Amino acid sequence: MYKFLLCWRYLKARWIALASIVSVTLGVATMIVVNAVMSGFQHEMHVRLKGILADVIIESRSFEGLPDPEAHLALIRRHVGQEVESATVSVHVPAMLSFQVGGRWITRPVTLIGIDPATCASTCRFAEYLQHPANRSRVSFQLHEGGYYTRDPEGGEKAGVRRGMDLAGWPWRRWRARQRLSAAQGTSPLEGQAKKPQGNEQSSSRDLVHLELSAAQLRQSGTSAQAAAALYESLLKQMGYRLVEKQISPQGDLELLAAPGVGGADEQSLPQDPFAAAGQQEQKTFDPAREQYTGCILGMAIASVRRSDGSEDFLLLPGDDVKLTLPTAGTPPKAVTETFTVVDFYASKMSEYDANFVFVPIDKLQELRGMLDPETGTRYVSSIQLKLRDPSKAAQVRDRLRKVFSSTYYVVQTWRDRQGPLLAAVQMETAILNVLLFLIIAVAGFGILAIFFMIVVEKTRDIGILKALGAHSTGVLGVFLGYGLSLGMVGAGAGLALGLLFVHYLNQIADGLGRLTGHRVFDPSIYYFYEIPTLVDVWTVAWIVLGALAIAVLASVWPATRAARLRVVEALRYE
Amino acid sequence: MNEQAIPAQGHPLLEARGVHKAYRRGAHRVEVLRGVDLAVVPGEFVAVVGQSGSGKSTLLHLLGTLDVPDQGQILFRGRRVDNVSARTRDRLRNASIGMVFQFYHLLPELTLLENVLCPWMIRYGPWAYWRRRRELESHARELLARLGLGHRLYHRPKELSGGEMQRGAIARALITQPELLLADEPTGNLDSRTGGEILRLLASLHREQGLTIVMVTHDPQVAAAADRVVQLQDGRVLAADQPAAMRAAG
Ligand SMILES: Nc1ncnc2c1ncn2[C@@H]1O[C@H](COP(=O)(O)OP(=O)(O)OP(=O)(O)O)[C@@H](O)[C@H]1O
Ligand SMILES: [Mg+2]
Repeated sequence: MYKFLLCWRYLKARWIALASIVSVTLGVATMIVVNAVMSGFQHEMHVRLKGILADVIIESRSFEGLPDPEAHLALIRRHVGQEVESATVSVHVPAMLSFQVGGRWITRPVTLIGIDPATCASTCRFAEYLQHPANRSRVSFQLHEGGYYTRDPEGGEKAGVRRGMDLAGWPWRRWRARQRLSAAQGTSPLEGQAKKPQGNEQSSSRDLVHLELSAAQLRQSGTSAQAAAALYESLLKQMGYRLVEKQISPQGDLELLAAPGVGGADEQSLPQDPFAAAGQQEQKTFDPAREQYTGCILGMAIASVRRSDGSEDFLLLPGDDVKLTLPTAGTPPKAVTETFTVVDFYASKMSEYDANFVFVPIDKLQELRGMLDPETGTRYVSSIQLKLRDPSKAAQVRDRLRKVFSSTYYVVQTWRDRQGPLLAAVQMETAILNVLLFLIIAVAGFGILAIFFMIVVEKTRDIGILKALGAHSTGVLGVFLGYGLSLGMVGAGAGLALGLLFVHYLNQIADGLGRLTGHRVFDPSIYYFYEIPTLVDVWTVAWIVLGALAIAVLASVWPATRAARLRVVEALRYE
Repeated sequence: MNEQAIPAQGHPLLEARGVHKAYRRGAHRVEVLRGVDLAVVPGEFVAVVGQSGSGKSTLLHLLGTLDVPDQGQILFRGRRVDNVSARTRDRLRNASIGMVFQFYHLLPELTLLENVLCPWMIRYGPWAYWRRRRELESHARELLARLGLGHRLYHRPKELSGGEMQRGAIARALITQPELLLADEPTGNLDSRTGGEILRLLASLHREQGLTIVMVTHDPQVAAAADRVVQLQDGRVLAADQPAAMRAAG
């Protein structure tokens, strides 16, 4: 009993000891805050990384894809049916996106993804990243009259303005059609204002095409640098370009430089603008002010430029037309070019996705690529994506599916397998940071050790008295271990409270600091988040607190055993 | 030296037989006790006198089982207590031996009442103590009131005078109703009037409750309060110091 009373009284009486645990408090608080922010970021990153991937992905090894997805789905249902909540199919193919800005053609490498709007939304996080409210509830490839988000809806007031988005949709398309018409007639679409004609778009100059694809982007598209290089090379060639330079870095980044073909036999046979012929033919029957091509959804970073204040300028708006050049499914692949109308943007805030993905309806893509058997009507898809009832069972489902689908023809992966290297890197970073931070608490442990020795020396006589009154050595040990534990509890408890409070008011604190120093602590234009994301994981917090307690107790073990071993007679003599 | 040799009625409560104790200080040994024989019968009030450094405190610590002799035996109620486990000695000290020191040795963080309750808290675990705390507390209050400290229950030791602290220490020693009280210079740090009060208190406890007391002092005047005075010199007890009861029997 005396142990508890003494622990309590020592705790109340010794301020110096409380000072020693301030470092424990600060260590615990720091660890909680850092972990909350790290896992907040990590969570955001996971959500983003997962992006359009479902829990389990089944792909074909062949470039042509896997035939008859219905049969595959039936097989999947038979084996892991009770785990699967929903499934969707998609076609992925590397492609070239071309569009005109100010009379110049801009060409970008993209990953073209054919999706099934009906099933995709329920299987992957896709709809929630679209920029028209109607598309969020029901994905459609029809251009809307208007109503696109003019600011990022997640950002509220803090989000930057999207210049021009208020015009997006049919009004923009109509205005562009009128502009093009009047440019051809030499008059301005705006009455009274004389405007310089835009020049002949069809005969605009063609620049060098500079393609850069990071290893991560290539991984998203599911290809290697060599394969992508070969593919883009053949696409560019068929578009009338000639490869000037090709580089594959040791990290697997691909860089291609192509110039408009000159002097070669190809040059003669190709029109100066490969799109011109197609465009002119269609123009006869097609009224761009009232009709649209097949819709496509562009990754927002393809079409927009972000400024440092968080606002965005657009090279393209919903309503504009773009050309997509993609390889067919046959061997050798041939390039086909098709015009699409941008109907929406996809903004997952994962730049690798937003700068790389273009979504089109899957049946259109299958047609273009020749991914359907004309006789049987069987369609080919690149991958089948499964959403599970319990996402934590992904690895288990993957293993079961691997038994069904032979690895010679299929790749069965969870989304974590896909993003493995990146996830592992982040995990590693977190672990190292935690080790470093825990060292702070360990240092605090040495502080406790020193102060405890002082206290044991100071309390030598009291220890003697307790023993003279019949206390066992273990009891004395208990007093000091208990004291260490209670110091640890106070320290860790205060740290816990401090840390959680800090996390709770983190954004207010950051804003306050920003106002005080005139320097923005958290710049949304860098991170695409408007607030510092935090996520308090109960287990992490529990481990931190337990670790701090353990250190406090460990630091008191040595002084406490010394106290317990003190010889009574000498302790009583001690003045 | 076996048990039969001692007459039944004079069965000593506490006995030291040929006790040797030496301290090692650096290279040479300081022989403090060199064969001390002492027997204290129940109900006796013995004073141990000797010069400073003669080993009085050392002897008292050995008698109180706080330390073990290098040679010889210590017997409590006829049983050896110098060679038993530390745990047994702790229990014996807690239950049967009360100790009072020159510098009071109250725990500074606890109130007087809590100090007095300390032996109980040491004996009982939290649960057992909590169940009996009313009974134990009222007992301690009563005892303190009897010693004239009823109004000082919640004071810290440093708020008390020397005499009050020593009375508190005596209350703490007596709370478990031990058979034996060992006092090391209980008046050594007090003025003569307060010292006298403490002595009268010890004498009355001895007289009225038949408490066995062994008191160490260097002051012959203080020793006079006792039934019997034992002289410690050169590490031995000077002659003619048989307990009165044993003398009568022998
Ligand atoms: N732990 C120890 N280590 C070394 N020497 C010791 C120790 N304890 C006591 N001594 C020595 O033993 C001798 C006797 O000490 P003790 O305290 O028993 O004397 P005392 O008679 O009580 O003296 P005083 O009247 O001053 O209290 C002293 O010389 C002391 O220095
Ligand atoms: Mg002494």
